[in-house]
Amino acid sequence: MRERDDEWTGLMRLAIAGDSAAYHRLLRAVTPVLRAAARRGLARAGQPVDQSEDIVQDILLAVHLKRHTWDVTAPFAPWLFAIARNKLIDALRRRGRRIFVDIDDFAETLPGEAPAATASASEVAAQLQTLPARQRDVLQSIAVDSASIKDTAAKFSMTEGAVRVALHRGLASLTAKLREQ
Amino acid sequence: MDTDQLIRTLAADNTHRARPVGFALMLALLAAAPVSLLMFFTELGIRPDVMVAMRNPFFDLKFAVTLALAISAIAVSLHLSRPEASLRGFGWLLLAPVGILAAGIGGEMMVQQRLPMMTRLVGKNSWVCMTAIPALSLPILAGALIGLRHGAPARPAVAGAIAGLLSAGLAATLYASHCTDDSPLFVAAWYTIATALVTAIGALIGAKLLRY
Repeated sequence: MRERDDEWTGLMRLAIAGDSAAYHRLLRAVTPVLRAAARRGLARAGQPVDQSEDIVQDILLAVHLKRHTWDVTAPFAPWLFAIARNKLIDALRRRGRRIFVDIDDFAETLPGEAPAATASASEVAAQLQTLPARQRDVLQSIAVDSASIKDTAAKFSMTEGAVRVALHRGLASLTAKLREQ
Repeated sequence: MDTDQLIRTLAADNTHRARPVGFALMLALLAAAPVSLLMFFTELGIRPDVMVAMRNPFFDLKFAVTLALAISAIAVSLHLSRPEASLRGFGWLLLAPVGILAAGIGGEMMVQQRLPMMTRLVGKNSWVCMTAIPALSLPILAGALIGLRHGAPARPAVAGAIAGLLSAGLAATLYASHCTDDSPLFVAAWYTIATALVTAIGALIGAKLLRY
Protein backbone atom coordinates (compact mmCIF):
# COMPACT_ATOMS: atom_id res chain seq x y z
CA MET A 1 0.00 0.00 0.00
CA ARG A 2 2.65 2.40 1.21
CA GLU A 3 4.90 1.53 -1.70
CA ARG A 4 2.07 1.92 -4.19
CA ASP A 5 1.15 5.36 -2.80
CA ASP A 6 4.75 6.53 -2.98
CA GLU A 7 4.98 5.36 -6.56
CA TRP A 8 1.79 7.25 -7.48
CA THR A 9 3.01 10.40 -5.77
CA GLY A 10 6.32 10.18 -7.62
CA LEU A 11 4.60 9.67 -10.97
CA MET A 12 2.25 12.58 -10.35
CA ARG A 13 5.16 14.86 -9.50
CA LEU A 14 6.80 13.90 -12.80
CA ALA A 15 3.50 14.46 -14.58
CA ILE A 16 3.07 17.93 -13.12
CA ALA A 17 6.64 18.70 -14.17
CA GLY A 18 5.60 17.92 -17.75
CA ASP A 19 6.33 14.19 -18.16
CA SER A 20 3.32 12.94 -20.15
CA ALA A 21 4.56 9.33 -20.18
CA ALA A 22 4.64 9.31 -16.38
CA TYR A 23 1.15 10.78 -16.37
CA HIS A 24 -0.04 8.04 -18.72
CA ARG A 25 1.47 5.38 -16.47
CA LEU A 26 -0.10 6.91 -13.39
CA LEU A 27 -3.59 7.02 -14.90
CA ARG A 28 -3.24 3.41 -16.02
CA ALA A 29 -2.07 2.40 -12.56
CA VAL A 30 -4.92 4.06 -10.67
CA THR A 31 -7.71 2.93 -13.01
CA PRO A 32 -8.07 -0.67 -11.74
CA VAL A 33 -8.22 0.63 -8.16
CA LEU A 34 -10.86 3.20 -9.11
CA ARG A 35 -12.81 0.54 -11.03
CA ALA A 36 -12.86 -1.81 -8.04
CA ALA A 37 -14.02 1.03 -5.78
CA ALA A 38 -16.76 2.04 -8.22
CA ARG A 39 -18.02 -1.55 -8.49
CA ARG A 40 -18.04 -1.91 -4.72
CA GLY A 41 -19.95 1.35 -4.37
CA LEU A 42 -22.54 0.38 -6.97
CA ALA A 43 -22.98 -3.08 -5.49
CA ARG A 44 -23.44 -1.69 -1.99
CA ALA A 45 -26.09 0.73 -3.32
CA GLY A 46 -27.87 -2.14 -5.07
CA GLN A 47 -27.07 -0.78 -8.53
CA PRO A 48 -25.88 -2.79 -11.53
CA VAL A 49 -22.08 -2.89 -11.46
CA ASP A 50 -21.82 -2.71 -15.26
CA GLN A 51 -22.11 1.08 -14.95
CA SER A 52 -18.84 1.30 -13.11
CA GLU A 53 -16.88 2.31 -16.20
CA ASP A 54 -18.88 5.54 -16.57
CA ILE A 55 -17.94 6.43 -13.01
CA VAL A 56 -14.28 5.56 -13.61
CA GLN A 57 -14.17 7.86 -16.65
CA ASP A 58 -15.93 10.59 -14.71
CA ILE A 59 -13.29 10.34 -11.97
CA LEU A 60 -10.42 10.35 -14.48
CA LEU A 61 -11.75 13.49 -16.16
CA ALA A 62 -12.07 15.25 -12.78
CA VAL A 63 -8.57 14.16 -11.76
CA HIS A 64 -7.24 15.55 -15.02
CA LEU A 65 -9.05 18.91 -14.92
CA LYS A 66 -8.46 19.51 -11.20
CA ARG A 67 -4.89 18.28 -10.89
CA HIS A 68 -3.71 21.83 -10.19
CA THR A 69 -5.48 21.54 -6.80
CA TRP A 70 -3.08 18.75 -5.79
CA ASP A 71 -0.28 19.98 -3.55
CA VAL A 72 2.96 18.50 -4.94
CA THR A 73 4.34 18.18 -1.42
CA ALA A 74 1.38 16.04 -0.26
CA PRO A 75 0.77 12.34 -0.96
CA PHE A 76 -1.31 11.71 -4.07
CA ALA A 77 -3.61 8.90 -2.89
CA PRO A 78 -5.75 10.90 -0.37
CA TRP A 79 -6.34 13.57 -3.01
CA LEU A 80 -7.27 10.96 -5.61
CA PHE A 81 -9.62 9.09 -3.31
CA ALA A 82 -11.32 12.33 -2.21
CA ILE A 83 -12.18 13.04 -5.85
CA ALA A 84 -13.21 9.42 -6.44
CA ARG A 85 -15.51 9.43 -3.41
CA ASN A 86 -17.09 12.70 -4.49
CA LYS A 87 -17.74 11.42 -8.01
CA LEU A 88 -19.08 8.08 -6.80
CA ILE A 89 -21.54 9.76 -4.45
CA ASP A 90 -22.62 12.07 -7.28
CA ALA A 91 -23.12 9.14 -9.62
CA LEU A 92 -25.12 7.11 -7.10
CA ARG A 93 -27.30 10.10 -6.29
CA ARG A 94 -27.95 10.68 -9.97
CA ARG A 95 -28.75 7.05 -10.65
CA GLY A 96 -30.84 6.77 -7.54
CA ARG A 97 -32.94 9.70 -8.61
CA ARG A 98 -33.28 8.35 -12.12
CA ILE A 99 -34.43 4.98 -10.92
CA PHE A 100 -36.91 6.60 -8.57
CA VAL A 101 -38.35 8.54 -11.51
CA ASP A 102 -38.46 5.36 -13.61
CA ILE A 103 -40.51 3.54 -11.01
CA ASP A 104 -42.95 6.41 -10.67
CA ASP A 105 -43.38 6.90 -14.39
CA PHE A 106 -43.40 3.39 -15.75
CA ALA A 107 -44.43 1.09 -12.92
CA GLU A 108 -47.98 0.77 -14.22
CA THR A 109 -47.44 0.96 -17.95
CA LEU A 110 -44.48 -1.38 -18.13
CA PRO A 111 -45.09 -4.03 -15.50
CA GLY A 112 -42.12 -6.22 -14.82
CA GLU A 113 -40.12 -5.14 -17.83
CA ALA A 114 -36.40 -5.54 -17.32
CA PRO A 115 -34.39 -2.31 -17.63
CA ALA A 116 -32.52 -1.98 -20.91
CA ALA A 117 -28.93 -3.11 -20.57
CA THR A 118 -26.54 -0.16 -20.77
CA ALA A 119 -23.33 -0.52 -22.70
CA SER A 120 -20.29 0.01 -20.53
CA ALA A 121 -19.00 3.60 -20.45
CA SER A 122 -21.58 5.08 -22.80
CA GLU A 123 -21.84 8.51 -21.20
CA VAL A 124 -18.58 10.06 -22.33
CA ALA A 125 -19.06 8.67 -25.84
CA ALA A 126 -22.61 10.04 -25.98
CA GLN A 127 -21.60 13.50 -24.76
CA LEU A 128 -18.74 13.51 -27.27
CA GLN A 129 -21.33 13.67 -30.05
CA THR A 130 -22.77 16.89 -28.64
CA LEU A 131 -19.48 18.82 -28.75
CA PRO A 132 -18.72 21.44 -31.41
CA ALA A 133 -17.40 19.76 -34.59
CA ARG A 134 -13.82 20.95 -34.21
CA GLN A 135 -13.45 19.71 -30.62
CA ARG A 136 -15.17 16.45 -31.44
CA ASP A 137 -12.93 15.79 -34.45
CA VAL A 138 -9.78 16.48 -32.45
CA LEU A 139 -10.88 14.34 -29.50
CA GLN A 140 -11.91 11.51 -31.77
CA SER A 141 -8.67 11.66 -33.71
CA ILE A 142 -6.56 11.45 -30.57
CA ALA A 143 -8.76 9.08 -28.54
CA VAL A 144 -10.21 6.70 -31.08
CA ASP A 145 -7.72 6.86 -33.97
CA SER A 146 -4.72 7.10 -31.56
CA ALA A 147 -3.29 9.94 -33.62
CA SER A 148 -0.66 12.20 -32.08
CA ILE A 149 -1.19 15.93 -31.69
CA LYS A 150 1.11 16.45 -34.65
CA ASP A 151 -0.75 14.01 -36.93
CA THR A 152 -4.07 15.45 -35.87
CA ALA A 153 -2.87 18.95 -36.71
CA ALA A 154 -1.78 17.77 -40.17
CA LYS A 155 -5.05 15.88 -40.75
CA PHE A 156 -7.27 18.92 -40.04
CA SER A 157 -4.74 21.48 -41.32
CA MET A 158 -4.60 23.16 -37.90
CA THR A 159 -1.60 24.35 -35.95
CA GLU A 160 -0.47 22.10 -33.08
CA GLY A 161 -1.35 24.88 -30.68
CA ALA A 162 -4.90 25.00 -32.02
CA VAL A 163 -5.18 21.22 -31.64
CA ARG A 164 -4.03 21.48 -28.02
CA VAL A 165 -6.58 24.20 -27.30
CA ALA A 166 -9.40 22.25 -28.96
CA LEU A 167 -8.37 19.11 -27.05
CA HIS A 168 -8.39 20.85 -23.68
CA ARG A 169 -11.63 22.73 -24.34
CA GLY A 170 -13.22 19.51 -25.54
CA LEU A 171 -12.28 17.68 -22.34
CA ALA A 172 -13.48 20.57 -20.20
CA SER A 173 -16.86 20.82 -21.93
CA LEU A 174 -17.27 17.04 -21.87
CA THR A 175 -16.86 17.19 -18.11
CA ALA A 176 -19.28 20.09 -17.81
CA LYS A 177 -21.90 18.20 -19.84
CA LEU A 178 -21.48 15.07 -17.71
CA ARG A 179 -22.02 17.18 -14.60
CA GLU A 180 -25.16 18.86 -15.94
CA GLN A 181 -26.85 15.72 -17.24
CA MET B 1 -14.77 5.63 -25.91
CA ASP B 2 -13.13 3.01 -23.76
CA THR B 3 -11.11 3.94 -20.71
CA ASP B 4 -7.70 3.28 -22.30
CA GLN B 5 -8.58 5.71 -25.08
CA LEU B 6 -9.69 8.30 -22.55
CA ILE B 7 -6.44 7.88 -20.59
CA ARG B 8 -4.39 8.35 -23.74
CA THR B 9 -6.34 11.50 -24.51
CA LEU B 10 -5.83 12.90 -21.02
CA ALA B 11 -2.11 12.18 -21.23
CA ALA B 12 -1.99 14.04 -24.56
CA ASP B 13 -3.48 17.06 -22.76
CA ASN B 14 -0.85 16.96 -19.98
CA THR B 15 0.92 19.94 -21.53
CA HIS B 16 -2.02 22.13 -20.53
CA ARG B 17 -1.16 23.97 -17.33
CA ALA B 18 -3.94 25.36 -15.15
CA ARG B 19 -3.24 28.31 -12.88
CA PRO B 20 -3.52 27.80 -9.12
CA VAL B 21 -6.91 28.54 -7.57
CA GLY B 22 -5.47 31.49 -5.65
CA PHE B 23 -4.47 33.15 -8.91
CA ALA B 24 -7.94 32.62 -10.42
CA LEU B 25 -9.58 33.96 -7.27
CA MET B 26 -7.34 37.04 -7.25
CA LEU B 27 -8.08 37.82 -10.91
CA ALA B 28 -11.82 37.38 -10.40
CA LEU B 29 -11.83 39.62 -7.30
CA LEU B 30 -9.80 42.29 -9.11
CA ALA B 31 -12.34 42.19 -11.94
CA ALA B 32 -15.30 42.46 -9.55
CA ALA B 33 -13.88 45.13 -7.23
CA PRO B 34 -14.39 48.12 -9.60
CA VAL B 35 -18.12 47.32 -9.80
CA SER B 36 -18.51 47.45 -6.03
CA LEU B 37 -16.28 50.53 -5.79
CA LEU B 38 -18.38 52.31 -8.40
CA MET B 39 -21.58 51.41 -6.53
CA PHE B 40 -20.02 52.65 -3.30
CA PHE B 41 -18.77 55.99 -4.61
CA THR B 42 -21.93 56.81 -6.59
CA GLU B 43 -24.44 55.78 -3.91
CA LEU B 44 -22.68 56.19 -0.55
CA GLY B 45 -19.20 57.68 -0.50
CA ILE B 46 -16.78 58.08 2.40
CA ARG B 47 -18.21 59.97 5.38
CA PRO B 48 -17.25 63.68 5.29
CA ASP B 49 -15.71 63.75 8.80
CA VAL B 50 -13.39 60.84 8.06
CA MET B 51 -10.24 62.70 9.18
CA VAL B 52 -11.74 63.26 12.62
CA ALA B 53 -13.26 59.79 12.75
CA MET B 54 -9.87 58.19 12.17
CA ARG B 55 -8.79 59.43 15.58
CA ASN B 56 -11.57 57.35 17.13
CA PRO B 57 -10.26 53.84 17.85
CA PHE B 58 -13.77 52.41 17.45
CA PHE B 59 -13.91 53.73 13.89
CA ASP B 60 -10.61 51.98 13.14
CA LEU B 61 -11.81 48.85 14.90
CA LYS B 62 -14.53 48.39 12.26
CA PHE B 63 -11.84 47.90 9.63
CA ALA B 64 -9.91 45.49 11.81
CA VAL B 65 -13.07 43.38 12.13
CA THR B 66 -14.12 43.49 8.47
CA LEU B 67 -10.61 42.94 7.12
CA ALA B 68 -10.00 40.09 9.55
CA LEU B 69 -13.21 38.52 8.24
CA ALA B 70 -12.22 39.02 4.59
CA ILE B 71 -8.66 37.76 5.00
CA SER B 72 -9.52 34.72 7.10
CA ALA B 73 -12.34 33.82 4.69
CA ILE B 74 -9.96 34.09 1.71
CA ALA B 75 -7.51 31.75 3.46
CA VAL B 76 -10.26 29.26 4.31
CA SER B 77 -11.68 29.48 0.76
CA LEU B 78 -8.34 28.58 -0.76
CA HIS B 79 -7.89 25.74 1.70
CA LEU B 80 -11.36 24.34 0.94
CA SER B 81 -10.76 24.47 -2.82
CA ARG B 82 -8.81 21.22 -2.47
CA PRO B 83 -10.91 18.05 -2.73
CA GLU B 84 -9.47 16.36 0.36
CA ALA B 85 -9.69 19.43 2.61
CA SER B 86 -12.22 20.02 5.37
CA LEU B 87 -12.91 22.89 7.77
CA ARG B 88 -11.13 21.01 10.55
CA GLY B 89 -8.01 22.86 11.67
CA PHE B 90 -8.88 25.86 9.52
CA GLY B 91 -12.35 26.85 10.70
CA TRP B 92 -10.95 28.54 13.78
CA LEU B 93 -9.44 31.23 11.53
CA LEU B 94 -12.98 32.53 11.05
CA LEU B 95 -13.15 33.26 14.77
CA ALA B 96 -10.54 36.03 14.38
CA PRO B 97 -13.05 38.76 13.47
CA VAL B 98 -15.40 37.54 16.24
CA GLY B 99 -12.58 37.80 18.77
CA ILE B 100 -11.59 41.30 17.68
CA LEU B 101 -15.21 42.42 17.83
CA ALA B 102 -15.71 40.89 21.29
CA ALA B 103 -12.59 42.67 22.51
CA GLY B 104 -13.97 45.91 21.05
CA ILE B 105 -17.29 45.51 22.85
CA GLY B 106 -15.42 44.83 26.08
CA GLY B 107 -13.26 47.90 25.50
CA GLU B 108 -16.25 50.11 24.86
CA MET B 109 -17.92 48.89 28.06
CA MET B 110 -14.94 50.10 30.06
CA VAL B 111 -14.94 53.62 28.67
CA GLN B 112 -17.45 56.25 29.77
CA GLN B 113 -20.00 56.66 26.91
CA ARG B 114 -22.15 59.65 26.04
CA LEU B 115 -24.98 57.53 24.63
CA PRO B 116 -26.88 54.71 26.34
CA MET B 117 -26.16 51.17 25.20
CA MET B 118 -29.42 50.66 23.30
CA THR B 119 -28.90 53.89 21.33
CA ARG B 120 -25.44 52.77 20.32
CA LEU B 121 -26.71 49.31 19.39
CA VAL B 122 -29.63 50.53 17.28
CA GLY B 123 -27.64 53.37 15.74
CA LYS B 124 -28.87 55.59 12.92
CA ASN B 125 -27.92 53.57 9.87
CA SER B 126 -29.14 50.06 10.58
CA TRP B 127 -31.33 49.87 7.48
CA VAL B 128 -28.68 51.33 5.16
CA CYS B 129 -26.15 48.94 6.69
CA MET B 130 -28.30 45.89 6.12
CA THR B 131 -29.01 46.78 2.49
CA ALA B 132 -25.70 48.37 1.48
CA ILE B 133 -23.42 45.55 2.66
CA PRO B 134 -25.32 42.81 0.76
CA ALA B 135 -25.68 45.03 -2.32
CA LEU B 136 -21.97 45.94 -2.38
CA SER B 137 -21.00 42.33 -1.80
CA LEU B 138 -22.98 40.85 -4.70
CA PRO B 139 -20.45 41.73 -7.46
CA ILE B 140 -17.62 40.52 -5.21
CA LEU B 141 -19.52 37.31 -4.43
CA ALA B 142 -20.03 36.69 -8.14
CA GLY B 143 -16.31 37.18 -8.71
CA ALA B 144 -15.33 34.98 -5.77
CA LEU B 145 -17.58 32.14 -6.93
CA ILE B 146 -16.27 32.35 -10.49
CA GLY B 147 -12.70 32.26 -9.20
CA LEU B 148 -13.40 29.38 -6.81
CA ARG B 149 -14.99 27.33 -9.60
CA HIS B 150 -11.41 26.70 -10.55
CA GLY B 151 -11.04 24.59 -7.41
CA ALA B 152 -12.59 21.29 -6.37
CA PRO B 153 -14.30 21.71 -2.99
CA ALA B 154 -15.58 18.59 -1.27
CA ARG B 155 -18.62 20.47 0.01
CA PRO B 156 -19.74 23.11 -2.49
CA ALA B 157 -22.34 24.68 -0.18
CA VAL B 158 -19.76 25.22 2.58
CA ALA B 159 -17.28 26.65 0.08
CA GLY B 160 -20.03 28.95 -1.23
CA ALA B 161 -20.84 30.11 2.31
CA ILE B 162 -17.19 31.00 2.91
CA ALA B 163 -17.19 32.89 -0.40
CA GLY B 164 -20.17 34.78 1.04
CA LEU B 165 -18.20 35.63 4.20
CA LEU B 166 -15.28 36.78 2.08
CA SER B 167 -17.40 39.10 -0.04
CA ALA B 168 -19.35 40.43 2.95
CA GLY B 169 -16.03 41.18 4.67
CA LEU B 170 -14.75 43.17 1.69
CA ALA B 171 -18.09 44.95 1.16
CA ALA B 172 -18.32 45.80 4.87
CA THR B 173 -14.82 47.29 4.71
CA LEU B 174 -16.09 49.74 2.10
CA TYR B 175 -19.32 50.40 3.94
CA ALA B 176 -17.52 51.01 7.25
CA SER B 177 -15.88 54.10 5.76
CA HIS B 178 -19.33 55.53 5.00
CA CYS B 179 -21.18 54.64 8.18
CA THR B 180 -21.17 57.05 11.12
CA ASP B 181 -22.14 54.37 13.63
CA ASP B 182 -18.84 53.28 15.15
CA SER B 183 -19.98 51.37 18.23
CA PRO B 184 -18.83 47.73 18.21
CA LEU B 185 -22.35 46.94 19.40
CA PHE B 186 -23.76 48.34 16.16
CA VAL B 187 -21.21 46.31 14.16
CA ALA B 188 -22.03 43.15 16.11
CA ALA B 189 -25.74 43.53 15.42
CA TRP B 190 -26.20 44.89 11.93
CA TYR B 191 -23.00 43.92 10.13
CA THR B 192 -23.59 40.40 11.38
CA ILE B 193 -27.12 40.25 10.01
CA ALA B 194 -25.93 41.58 6.64
CA THR B 195 -23.04 39.10 6.60
CA ALA B 196 -25.34 36.20 7.46
CA LEU B 197 -27.57 37.12 4.53
CA VAL B 198 -24.65 37.18 2.07
CA THR B 199 -23.32 33.90 3.52
CA ALA B 200 -26.68 32.23 2.94
CA ILE B 201 -26.78 33.49 -0.66
CA GLY B 202 -23.23 32.21 -1.17
CA ALA B 203 -24.14 28.78 0.21
CA LEU B 204 -27.22 28.51 -2.02
CA ILE B 205 -25.42 29.49 -5.22
CA GLY B 206 -22.22 27.67 -4.29
CA ALA B 207 -24.09 24.40 -3.77
CA LYS B 208 -24.83 24.38 -7.50
CA LEU B 209 -21.99 26.39 -8.97
CA LEU B 210 -19.01 24.96 -7.09
CA ARG B 211 -19.68 21.30 -7.89
CA TYR B 212 -16.91 19.93 -10.02
